[in-house]
Amino acid sequence: MTQAKRAMTPELVAEHGLSAEEYRLLEEVLGREPSLTELGIFSVMWSEHCSYKSSRVWLRKLPTEGPQVIEGPGENAGVVDLGDGQAAVFKMESHNHPSYIEPYQGAATGVGGIMRDVFTMGARPVANMNALRFGAADHAKTRHLVAGVVSGIGDYGNCMGVPTIGGETNFDPRYNDNILVNAMCVGLVDVSRIFKSAAKGVGFPVVYVGSKTGRDGIHGATMASAEFDEASAEKRPTVQVGDPFTEKLLLEACLELMQEDAIVAIQDMGAAGLTSSSVEMADKGGVGIVLDLDHIPTREEGMTAYEMMLSESQERMLMVLKPGAEAAARRVFKKWELDFAIVGRTTDTGRLVVRHGSAIQADIPLSALAHAAPQYTRPWTPKRALAPIAPEDVPAPNSLTAALEAMMGSPHLCSRAWIWQQYDHMVMADTVQRPGGDAGVVRVHGTQKGLAMSCDVTPRYCAADAREGAKQAVAECWRNLTATGADPLAITDCLNFGNPERPEVMGEFVEAIEGMAEACRALSFPVVSGNVSLYNETNGVAIPPTPAVGGIGLIPDIDRMARIGLKSDGDVLILFGAEAGHLGQSLYLQILLNRAEGAPPPVDLDAERRVGDFVRGLIRGGRVSAVHDVSDGGLLVTVAEMAFAGGLGVELDATPEGLPAHAIWFGEDQGRYVVAAPWHEAAKILPEAVEAGVAVRIIGKVAGDALKLPGEAPLSLAALRAIHERWLPKFMGGS
Amino acid sequence: MKASVIVFPGSNCDRDAAVALEAATGTPPAMVWHGDAELPNSDLIVLPGGFSYGDYLRSGAMAAHSPVMREVVKRARAGTPVLGICNGFQVLTEAGLLPGVLMRNATLKFICKDVHLRVEREDTLYTRRYAKSEVVTFPIAHKDGSYFADAETLKRLEGEARIAFRYCDRRGQVTPEANPNGSRNNIAGIYNETGTVLGLMPHPERLADPALGGTDGTKMFKSLVESIAA
Repeated sequence: MTQAKRAMTPELVAEHGLSAEEYRLLEEVLGREPSLTELGIFSVMWSEHCSYKSSRVWLRKLPTEGPQVIEGPGENAGVVDLGDGQAAVFKMESHNHPSYIEPYQGAATGVGGIMRDVFTMGARPVANMNALRFGAADHAKTRHLVAGVVSGIGDYGNCMGVPTIGGETNFDPRYNDNILVNAMCVGLVDVSRIFKSAAKGVGFPVVYVGSKTGRDGIHGATMASAEFDEASAEKRPTVQVGDPFTEKLLLEACLELMQEDAIVAIQDMGAAGLTSSSVEMADKGGVGIVLDLDHIPTREEGMTAYEMMLSESQERMLMVLKPGAEAAARRVFKKWELDFAIVGRTTDTGRLVVRHGSAIQADIPLSALAHAAPQYTRPWTPKRALAPIAPEDVPAPNSLTAALEAMMGSPHLCSRAWIWQQYDHMVMADTVQRPGGDAGVVRVHGTQKGLAMSCDVTPRYCAADAREGAKQAVAECWRNLTATGADPLAITDCLNFGNPERPEVMGEFVEAIEGMAEACRALSFPVVSGNVSLYNETNGVAIPPTPAVGGIGLIPDIDRMARIGLKSDGDVLILFGAEAGHLGQSLYLQILLNRAEGAPPPVDLDAERRVGDFVRGLIRGGRVSAVHDVSDGGLLVTVAEMAFAGGLGVELDATPEGLPAHAIWFGEDQGRYVVAAPWHEAAKILPEAVEAGVAVRIIGKVAGDALKLPGEAPLSLAALRAIHERWLPKFMGGS
Repeated sequence: MKASVIVFPGSNCDRDAAVALEAATGTPPAMVWHGDAELPNSDLIVLPGGFSYGDYLRSGAMAAHSPVMREVVKRARAGTPVLGICNGFQVLTEAGLLPGVLMRNATLKFICKDVHLRVEREDTLYTRRYAKSEVVTFPIAHKDGSYFADAETLKRLEGEARIAFRYCDRRGQVTPEANPNGSRNNIAGIYNETGTVLGLMPHPERLADPALGGTDGTKMFKSLVESIAA
């Protein structure tokens, strides 16, 4: 079906998310007025989601290199060396806007998309994680969104047979109308068998495999590049629809074909579908590409070129094959009952040419599409720093144990088991640390090595101070990996922010990047992949800056790995790291006193490294029985979580002079770990820590079946556990 | 012992089953594609967990009609042991090798967690290494694991001692609280008339390795090796 020539009106251009200036640039690089199909192609390639036009200039500041980095940002996913000829392939991506509109499919297709980004590189996915931010519990839509997102993630990941081993979930009113769903996937690949996306060769066949193309998800990329308003529910057709069974077949078929010598380049069709994959593959390889849409497998009648180029139907890949390999490839996809179609070939013209019904619907220079999108250095204003809160200025609770109960029972700290028990976290039979600890850990199949992973950011810190908060996100991720005994290797990220055209939001982004960059450098923890999601705001109200970090680390021997659960009665509890009783932006302040004030806890990167390396050394030496890093809620929460996990109680000592007790127990100072060790080891460890310049103090011991603070009645573990496990199932309406 | 693991489109615990079988027998099992009408000589056939055919229509319904299943049914009727785990159990009920049906969990949600099971029969091919009424720990991971059969069938199963495992608490008490999915009579797994076909929802292959937290599953595979060698 040929399209009638469509008049390029300002309304049509605006509907496509392009500014007048951007349209003028389009006509300049094209040399004429575009066809409707060409307008659609430019609109998605130059959208914020695909072109990173507001963020690119700043992302360059992030460190992306290191001896362990095989592939940094720019490919489908990042690749990090694990030794012995193996590598980890991983990335995190956001599916925020679609998940708000249609939570089940939005979240499901987020998982599907990120997994394709990993296996398109030849890596079998071995673990998933996700970072979710929902609105307040008393917001009308929250329950519906939680239910939809969790079942969407569960159904997709479970059907794919990849374990979901951890993540984060926050509730905060600032996400009421803009939830965040960030999905991370980690895969394993042999270093010698990594597949990339740069299309090489001229006259090579371009092949489409996977699901048929339909009308779903058209303009998903432009929807993700704009704010919401009252009319947003009408955007429902822009949400993609997923089929995990088909993706499982696609995964197996691709991995099977990748064992042969047939594929030159491969990329999944994600945002902007056929358009972004063909443009990016050809551009990276320095070739041109001609597509014949008559051969695209479709599941709707009469689709136009515009629709086929913009469709975001899921579970599709685009490949460039070696000439002559077509028959062998077709056999593999036929076995797995997937569509296989030769839809074009590479050329030497450097142009994207799209034919449909024997007419040329698009003819565009590739470099213009891939690189000529304007890069904006948008104006930005820094936020005025908040004054730190002195511990003496924060009222003490009537009872420390009552305060602990209130905190453990709140949505911020309660058990998330209701969520992760809906995720198969054991399939593939390599999960050595399940959800609930500091990091999820899978064994590297067939070896003694462990791959640890964690997702972290504390949005309330970032809202108060984006730079320090972003530093903290990287530091906390590094700590969570270290606490299992892993060497942190690299991170991926999802940078979730509001409207970058507002200087205060742009300022949050700029400061967050600077904070992240500083922490990544100091901790030798580079960024190898990532994603930016902007325009997360509704009617002018933005989300808190949420630079989510997803990190991986390597445990050389899983027999030398630490867990958070206390193991033996009589073990000594040791706190490593300096204490200053920092209560600014703490959960104590928020939950007990309903205040969100003060500067967030500062991050001392040198101390983080020194303390972390020391603790990791203890774990590697087999000298300690449990390790947990101190984060949300502070020290007492950390100890309580260790007690639950081990089913053993604790007797805690009086706090030292100089700081109020509640500041010691609930302060959120960074760079700290609680370690349980047998007495004879503890006696040796203390002087070693002092020698290494690591602050250290004994805080109590493992004993009994209650949490016992001096001067307070013992708090039974069973009672505290019941409080901890109650909130989420009750909120969601039955467990 | 020569084992075969059937792989349907959408099976995803096939590798896990193969690893557990190789650990117990010393040799990797044959991985048999659903589209093959031929099945190698096997002392044991395993239908693994997963989402064969995406659970379209009903879990296990389409897999039960795969070409290879005709041969599996024939062998089962001739006495070859067949072990169906999770989705495999669903396929066995759809193929008519075991009575009853696996329905949506009572909570309507997918559940992944460790459960306690009471070993009801310690004298079968699958359980000689277990003690009578032993309490073991296996993980479950399913959305459609609620076992249902009509009253008459249940009476027959109970009367013929064909219940293999029941959900229980850590002391072996069979209680409603210990039942994760609403299965009738807390049934987690059942045998056919001759005790050679076993279907169960929990995953023995996932707890057959100390690094994963337990080895109660290893005993099942070891029992099979011994029974079949004998």
